[in-house]
Amino acid sequence: MSVLEPLAAPPASPGAEASAAPAAEAGAPWAEVLRRFRRDRAGMAALVVLSVIVLAALLAPWICSAALHQSPYRLHIMDRIAVHGREVEVVSDDGLPVGPNPRLLLGADLLGRDLLSRLLYGARFSLAAASLGTLLAVLVGLAAGLIAGFYRGLADAVISRFVDAMMAIPVLLLAIALAAVLRQGSLGIVVLVLALVNWTYLARIIRAEVLSLRGRDFIEAARAMGASDLAILTRHLLPNLAGPLIVFGTLSVAGNILLESALSFLGVGIQPPSPSWGNMIQEGIAFYRVAWWITLFPGIAILLTVVCLNLAGEALREALHPGARPEGLP
Amino acid sequence: MTGWLVRRLLWCVLVLVIVGSTTFAIFFAVPSDPAALVAGKYATPATIALVRQRLGLDKPKPVQLGMFLLRAASGDLGYSFVSQQPVALAIRQAFPRTLSLTVGAVVLWLLIGIPLGVVSALRPRSIWDRAALGVSLFGISAPAYWLGLVLLWLFADRLGWFPLGDYADLTSAGPLAWAHHLFLPWFTLALLNAGWYARMTRSQMLEVMSREHVRTALAKGLPRASVVRRHVLRNALLPIVTMLGMDVASLFGGAVLTETVFGIPGIGGLAYRAIRMRDLPMVMGTVLFAALFIVVANLLVDVLYRWLDPRIPGEA
Repeated sequence: MSVLEPLAAPPASPGAEASAAPAAEAGAPWAEVLRRFRRDRAGMAALVVLSVIVLAALLAPWICSAALHQSPYRLHIMDRIAVHGREVEVVSDDGLPVGPNPRLLLGADLLGRDLLSRLLYGARFSLAAASLGTLLAVLVGLAAGLIAGFYRGLADAVISRFVDAMMAIPVLLLAIALAAVLRQGSLGIVVLVLALVNWTYLARIIRAEVLSLRGRDFIEAARAMGASDLAILTRHLLPNLAGPLIVFGTLSVAGNILLESALSFLGVGIQPPSPSWGNMIQEGIAFYRVAWWITLFPGIAILLTVVCLNLAGEALREALHPGARPEGLP
Repeated sequence: MTGWLVRRLLWCVLVLVIVGSTTFAIFFAVPSDPAALVAGKYATPATIALVRQRLGLDKPKPVQLGMFLLRAASGDLGYSFVSQQPVALAIRQAFPRTLSLTVGAVVLWLLIGIPLGVVSALRPRSIWDRAALGVSLFGISAPAYWLGLVLLWLFADRLGWFPLGDYADLTSAGPLAWAHHLFLPWFTLALLNAGWYARMTRSQMLEVMSREHVRTALAKGLPRASVVRRHVLRNALLPIVTMLGMDVASLFGGAVLTETVFGIPGIGGLAYRAIRMRDLPMVMGTVLFAALFIVVANLLVDVLYRWLDPRIPGEA
């Protein structure tokens, strides 16, 4: 199952076909895209929720210290807190942490740490790993796809075959193998792993886009007027690739959040005590029957973020490439 | 066609060689000593050297890789560094479990996904259409392991309808216990995939329904139901079959997360443990095994398409 369906054609905006370099003299087409996106209610709602999540992640240190008066790392194994006028142990004698309450809004984890604070800090790790991983994958995939699609020949054969072979290894197995070997732990390694398993998809998409673009009239015209390869690449191909790149970048961040959380869940991603949504679920798994909040809330955070990214990605795709929607049988 | 098929088969072999070499390279990119691992904690340097020689680890890396690939071609995947068990045997024991998981899940998600897709194509923007959209969005966005946990908590722990993560063999425990134990993992995978299949069925059907031959059939006065069944569905399902082939192939390689959460000792768990233990022969074996299914599925899809549409040019 893959979210990455190849885009049928580059962003076709009204009047773009006629001009020599469609999106290069930007302005109008992008304003049109923006207008269409703004009309998409689900996409806009997703964008608003995403902004809130990103803002919460960026402001996590401030929210935790100033508003919640909690820390994601401080243990409260021996402490007691007052809940509804009663004194309660944060972690009881038989190891059961306290559930959601007015003091600790989402409850405590097994070591008595505030779950909400850890969720907010986890957002920083998860979002940073996923988006940086996508950025790196886009850079590599773009370079490989451009070279393969534009120069064809031997370079194309080698790159395409290698990409095909890489795609024959199940994504998760490849990611686990890379993460396990690269001495798991730091954010940088996780970013590298995400990029290494993702660039093949992007390279394949970019190559297909370039192949369909290079035969078009405006590229022929530019070549006939004596434009160099570099000029054609940067001035004519890249601007036309921006649309698909934005769409697949968004969808790839969504996939990366899931993949990063899976790696952390399996113990080869972000390492404790640093919180990530995946390793929080891993830590709570042994107690999910009695302390359900430890596994439930990080899962909801992942689900919400990924749903919003997918909705935003679809809305972008629709705005960039409004397909004729068949209406069904008469 | 024959020439194309030969080239296509050679290409399959080449892909497997590249996959094997890459896996091998990934593992030797880091300094670790498999011989010390095999010899155990209290081995003397002389024992380790002996083990190294016996395993062929003293030979140059490319020679080791070549020997491994040659033996793998004849079905001999070597012995696990950790358990000393033959890798092929471990895979043979784990595969029926992964197969059970995959087949049941696929049947379930097709039973949910295809009818839901047909209904939403026939009635766009109806409640069914919206439900299908919701389920597919949920399916591509939910973490598999978390969904499994939530289902375990709800249906096994709270309601007590299903056992809490255990595996029952089909032959020794009987089909009823087998299905009872596997239902939650099946349902997890089905929830993750059914919505996506419904969406694909829907868009394929809408596309076919706008074609001329459907309009002609309707204009001739054929009943709607038979047009949908004979002219629309048949054409719309072909791309779905392609997608299914690839999905099933990748599931055969092990659904690592689902198997982990539900405690199913299948291929995915085998591969995952092998990677964590740096058990190179087991890793090579499971990864090649998984890749083999994907490569074969790709090949079958290509052959099927050329057989159905002879106009596709000879380039592989």
